[in-house]
Amino acid sequence: MILLVLILVLFGAALLSWVAGVKSHAASRWIALCSLLVNLGIITGIWLEHTHSNSRWWYQFRMDWVPHFGISLHLAMDGLSMLMLALTFFLGALAVLISWKEIQNRVGFFHFNLLFVLCGITGVFLTMDLFLFYFFWEMMLIPMYFLIGIWGHEHREYAANKFFLFTQAGGLLMLLAILGLYFVHKANTNVYTFNYFELLNTPMTPFMERWLMLGFLIAFLVKLPAVPFHTWLPDAHTEAPTAGSVVLAGLLLKTGAYGILRFVLPLFPIAAADIAPVAMLLGVAGILYGGMLAYAQTDLKRLIAYTSVSHMGFVLLGAFAFNEIAYQGVVMQMITHGISTGALFIIAGALYERIHTRNLRQMGGLWLRLPMMGSAAMIFVMASLGLPGLGNFVAEFLVLLGSWQASHVFTILATIGLVVATAYSLRIMQKVFFGPCDRQYAMPDLNGRELVIIIALVIVICWLGFHPQPVLNTSQNIDYVIR
Amino acid sequence: MSFADFLSLGPLITLCAAAVVAMLLVAAWRNHRIVYSFSLIAFGMAMAAVIPAIKYIPHPVPPLLVIDEFSLFNSGLILVSGFIILLLSFNYFEEREERKEEYYILLLLATIGALVLVVSRHFMSLFLGLEILSISLYGLIAYLRARERSDEAGIKYLMLAALSSAFLLFGMALVYAFTGHMDFPGIGAALREAGYLPVSVMAGFGLMLIGVGFKLGIVPFHMWAPDIYEGAPLPVAAFIATVSKGAMLVLLIRFYQDIHGNDYPMLWWIVAIIAVASMFAGNWLALTQQNIKRILAYSSIAHMGYILVAFLSGVQTGLEALAFYLVAYFITSIGAFGVVIVMSSSLQDAETIADYRGLFWRYPWVATVFTAMLLSLAGIPLTAGFIGKFYVVLAGVDGHQWFLLFMLVINSVIGLYYYIRLVAAMFAVPAKGQQTTVVPALPMAGNITLGILTILLIGLGVYPTAMMALIQQMMRILV
Repeated sequence: MILLVLILVLFGAALLSWVAGVKSHAASRWIALCSLLVNLGIITGIWLEHTHSNSRWWYQFRMDWVPHFGISLHLAMDGLSMLMLALTFFLGALAVLISWKEIQNRVGFFHFNLLFVLCGITGVFLTMDLFLFYFFWEMMLIPMYFLIGIWGHEHREYAANKFFLFTQAGGLLMLLAILGLYFVHKANTNVYTFNYFELLNTPMTPFMERWLMLGFLIAFLVKLPAVPFHTWLPDAHTEAPTAGSVVLAGLLLKTGAYGILRFVLPLFPIAAADIAPVAMLLGVAGILYGGMLAYAQTDLKRLIAYTSVSHMGFVLLGAFAFNEIAYQGVVMQMITHGISTGALFIIAGALYERIHTRNLRQMGGLWLRLPMMGSAAMIFVMASLGLPGLGNFVAEFLVLLGSWQASHVFTILATIGLVVATAYSLRIMQKVFFGPCDRQYAMPDLNGRELVIIIALVIVICWLGFHPQPVLNTSQNIDYVIR
Repeated sequence: MSFADFLSLGPLITLCAAAVVAMLLVAAWRNHRIVYSFSLIAFGMAMAAVIPAIKYIPHPVPPLLVIDEFSLFNSGLILVSGFIILLLSFNYFEEREERKEEYYILLLLATIGALVLVVSRHFMSLFLGLEILSISLYGLIAYLRARERSDEAGIKYLMLAALSSAFLLFGMALVYAFTGHMDFPGIGAALREAGYLPVSVMAGFGLMLIGVGFKLGIVPFHMWAPDIYEGAPLPVAAFIATVSKGAMLVLLIRFYQDIHGNDYPMLWWIVAIIAVASMFAGNWLALTQQNIKRILAYSSIAHMGYILVAFLSGVQTGLEALAFYLVAYFITSIGAFGVVIVMSSSLQDAETIADYRGLFWRYPWVATVFTAMLLSLAGIPLTAGFIGKFYVVLAGVDGHQWFLLFMLVINSVIGLYYYIRLVAAMFAVPAKGQQTTVVPALPMAGNITLGILTILLIGLGVYPTAMMALIQQMMRILV
């Protein structure tokens, strides 16, 4: 029941903040913030309660929805879902905070969309019914489309359309695969069901398994995104408002990674093992190609967007390494990437608010004016390049350690990616905060609200770097598919 | 005719009587409001007449008609759609200059034609229904004859409909020549007995398909659709998009089932090619349109293609999917046209995308409804269209029609683009200073109707179980 509450709180708050937004902007913001904090509180409570529990599934909730098709409102939470939800509510709350000044028109509708996206994401992380999964998967798209399309930058409509079409095309392939699985299961057991637990271990021919697996995998690869399905990402991330970028990079991409861990690997273990070399190759390609493109960008947000492609390559590499260390690294990478890239987007947004450009050529020497923002950026840039002591290091280290056992070549290539990461990360600092100052900007440093956001992020990323054990313990309790 | 016959044909008889009375009423006292109210009552009574008919099903009225769950369900659907279209019509015609009263008589007649199609099981009744429908539509399409495009649309429809009727007749004659039957089950039995599909019957089916395909607006008989949608009065366009197409589709299903169409791969392939071509042509041509009516016309061509995919799946689920999709499509299309009707002023229909730019910031309610309708057409969750599309895909997977499904997926993505383009236009933030301050009020009845449609749309999207159970029960008799 508590799981349904998590979703309903967001849904209710979404409607409420829309209605409230008509009368008062502040009310709308506060409702959104409070609902997310409430959910964050609930999740923290759940986590503390279950830190030492060894049970596989912490909560289950099930209710018939369309019994005719075997569709039920089936939610369940384990360690993986819990970690993802904690990230969702944390970044969600920050997304509301960061929009406090940036979004000044259609405030109510903005928060409606933001909360609705988060509601869809929450559903994706919780649902154990494949139909419902598709339902939530699609439900995230529309509000995200509006977030980019209404409050975005200059080329927002183009970016929003591209984002929508890419993810929708992937989603429809997944729908075909879901239905294929549904009928294969029916053929074997004579039971119509979309229930994840019943669909696990469905016997099927290798041929069928490969195609169904591809249907799922492509949808998730588009979302992740992996080369060559990544082209929507730079546009969408660049054109979205800051909160949109944070949600996109921090959360929406994670639904792809989550889908691979939760569905592709357990449902189709054999076919997934067969395709592992290709998937790892795509992962490595993403790491290197994304990193190189990131280095070549002149638009700050675009640069950060490409680093996402690079970082998500590690997720793909680790997910198809088929051993526990790599999986733990993947989960860790999902969380730390959400935090560090979210933070970088927040900084980019804050900079844009001050100097109204994202062009790196027009920046430089800003450290003098913005020492606090500079130091914050320094921390997250270091996180992004994988400096020990910060969360990303733990994640990437674990992924590489795990993938070494699966493939030496890919691991070596991926390690080169870390060098590329150093190059593009340092370039951010050098172009934005160091170097000569061509223009005379007069602007305030971080204000109180931004400071709160940044400090929260810094604490989390350092905590993950120095003491990742709680997260690792929690992510240990997942049924990994190990070869 | 027995008492049971009377009760079973209640909806049809009610409407026939109403058409005559309406004609007398107009002759005696020309008043828009009175005719409108009378038509509403007539539709209400016809809908009520469906209920006593339930008791007698299945009830054949040999040799022409049959009343079973399938036809009764679709009669109800057609009557409800007609009723809603009627609700939306009043304000639309009240604002126009021409004489308005005959519109209602024609609408009643057209609905009668559609009802006859739905209950017919014989070539004679098929043709009778089709012609009643077509002839009333000639008048309806060209009803606002002072407007520039309405004559063109009316004449175009007249020529093409007459031509396609001729083809249909010729086809029927060929089928009759070989089988010696004009009732569908008889034809099916004769063909089964023969054990093969002779060339003359094949040719006959082909010619009949021209007649049927024209009404459905499927490729390659779709050319009329955009012009007629554009030229016809909006409620009439809504009527053509839903009632006229739906009735023909119901007839096609019954015919195909009665002649055991699945036994003849040739027939299957012809329809499959038409389905794929309709999806592609509809979606592709809609991409560059600037006129909402034309977009809706092309989109309805594509939707007929989707429906045919369910039809072709050859499984029980397919027929259920078809019926569900039809319901969703009815709601969505009427809703979309309803928005255009509500937004149209007496001077001009609101038909270009430019008319809808920034609509959300002027009329949030109407824009929300329109968004819901467009998302339903695109098949996005929380709407009936999503469940409908899901049902269709489910049926396709069940019938192992992977090729058709891939075509459907590709087309869904193409289709998404133009729906989204419209949605994006509605949500576009108007440039400063451009904002109009004068926001004329919208007709109350229209708004309420749109509200009901939206509730239905989302209701079916969130809780489709009841409707599915109903459809399942009604489809059982067909297989």
